[in-house]
Amino acid sequence: MSVLIFIDTAEGHVKKASLEALSYGSKIAEQLGTIAEGIVLGSVSEELSSLGKYGVKKIHHVNADSLNYLDTQVYTNVIAQVAQSGGSDVIVFSNNVDGKAIAPRLSIRLKAGLVSGAVGLPDTTNGFVVRKNVFSGKAFANVAINTPVKIISLNPNAYKIVAGEGKAEVVSFSANIDTPKVKVINTTKASGEVPLTEAEIVVSAGRGLKGPENWKIVEDLAHVLHAGLACSRPVADAHWRPHNEHVGQTGIAIAPNLYIAIGISGAIQHLAGVNRSKVIVVINKDPEAPFFKAADYGIVGDAFEVVPKLTEAVKKLRGVT
Amino acid sequence: MKILVCISKTPDTTAKIAFTNNNTKFDTNGVQWIINPYDEWYALVRAIELKEADSSTIIHLVTIGAADAEPIIRKALALGGDEAIRVNSDSTDSFYIASQIAEIAKQGNYDIVFTGKETIDYNGSSIGGMVAEFLDLPYVALATKFELSATKATITREIEGGEEICEVELPIVVSCQKGMAEARIPNMRGIMSARTKPLKVVEPVATESLTSINSFELPPPKAGVKLVPADNVEELVRLLHEEAKAI
Repeated sequence: MSVLIFIDTAEGHVKKASLEALSYGSKIAEQLGTIAEGIVLGSVSEELSSLGKYGVKKIHHVNADSLNYLDTQVYTNVIAQVAQSGGSDVIVFSNNVDGKAIAPRLSIRLKAGLVSGAVGLPDTTNGFVVRKNVFSGKAFANVAINTPVKIISLNPNAYKIVAGEGKAEVVSFSANIDTPKVKVINTTKASGEVPLTEAEIVVSAGRGLKGPENWKIVEDLAHVLHAGLACSRPVADAHWRPHNEHVGQTGIAIAPNLYIAIGISGAIQHLAGVNRSKVIVVINKDPEAPFFKAADYGIVGDAFEVVPKLTEAVKKLRGVT
Repeated sequence: MKILVCISKTPDTTAKIAFTNNNTKFDTNGVQWIINPYDEWYALVRAIELKEADSSTIIHLVTIGAADAEPIIRKALALGGDEAIRVNSDSTDSFYIASQIAEIAKQGNYDIVFTGKETIDYNGSSIGGMVAEFLDLPYVALATKFELSATKATITREIEGGEEICEVELPIVVSCQKGMAEARIPNMRGIMSARTKPLKVVEPVATESLTSINSFELPPPKAGVKLVPADNVEELVRLLHEEAKAI
């Protein structure tokens, strides 16, 4: 018996979403009276034993060059071997790009029921019931997993990272590794930016900014807040900003602690991508903007005046000059 | 080239979300149904573009749904599918649905299976990966570009804060998102021809469900917006720091 947590890495570093998954999975292990273990595939440049502070007792490391890129078939096969050798009852992923690619495959391989997009710990008082987001953040479903082995993928930013003391035992697991059929030929990363899905704070702007040349005030605010930068759909469609910054129904769905929307009216399609944010601030000169109904805090005012002042006020708070 | 596009019926984005039967059923009263946007705009339209580039391409559509899913599948045919298969079941368990799609896919021997990246109702992001595992095929999730050169696909997928480009030999299963194609609307000729395109109804294969929905819940309503005067942004920063503890 154990809870097995898939630890996702990028360029050798453990992703923040995986620290959440580790904290979450360790709590489930505690709940079930069993132990939490991790699995890492491919080469890493971090000391894996230190992940013990998130509650895992053991980490299975499977290292091979062919595991440095994601091929879902190869990954599924390796994770299944580790899960079966240790008799894992619960397998936890982050519901991030890699979790979405791997968890469904593993569900079929192990014939294990999957809840993807979990937002809370399982309720084990009567069966095994996991709460997840449905209807693009407009509701929750309590889903029962009715199989002996269960897979949960946890929504990013839905569970707080809990770090304590402890070191994990790192064991090298020798698995049968298939030859990848997916050949990665190029990876591009926007350097220095906070990935939107991992950002604690997101600053987002819309048509109210009037043109791409006016983005400096938004970037400055994002910079002082160490925030991810986002935009609304019309802005991406007009090529004022790149498409990978578009949040909303058809763009990226995010759930940061704080979402600051500047000059965005708040169409329902936009809300569908951001309504899981914990705190929403809306800055708009139109007091009738529908976004105010979904906001926690608001300023009715001109973005060109309010935003630079806000940047200065944050600097003051943070002691930056 | 044979392409299978998975189509799901979802409530319109603007639909009011409510539940009945003691919060165990989605209230369909007054709900407008649409093709799941990711299935339509990205998966189906990319398949149509591939057919436009190579007219020998055949596009089949599959949906798992009751008879009330037919207007949706006719609309998908009007956009450009050649023929459609409806598996007569209203299950919502992803294992069950993926089993049905995999069965259709095995019979049809497709080169490409396209799905949307997720449905906007259950937000599972699971069907593509599950179908790929049933078929023992490579799977690329969250694709933003898909190019074909003979039997080799070059696919761009989203990764955190960037993108990754990979090459894979067909057959393959791909889940599609923004970037794959631009939304289209069906033209009159498409609508007319869709009426006579084949829509086959098949009964589901016997299989089980691995999960079940016990109940639904609506999030607690927001307390209402706290407005701060535009000439006092320091107050907003104070509230965010002290009250919301967000900065």
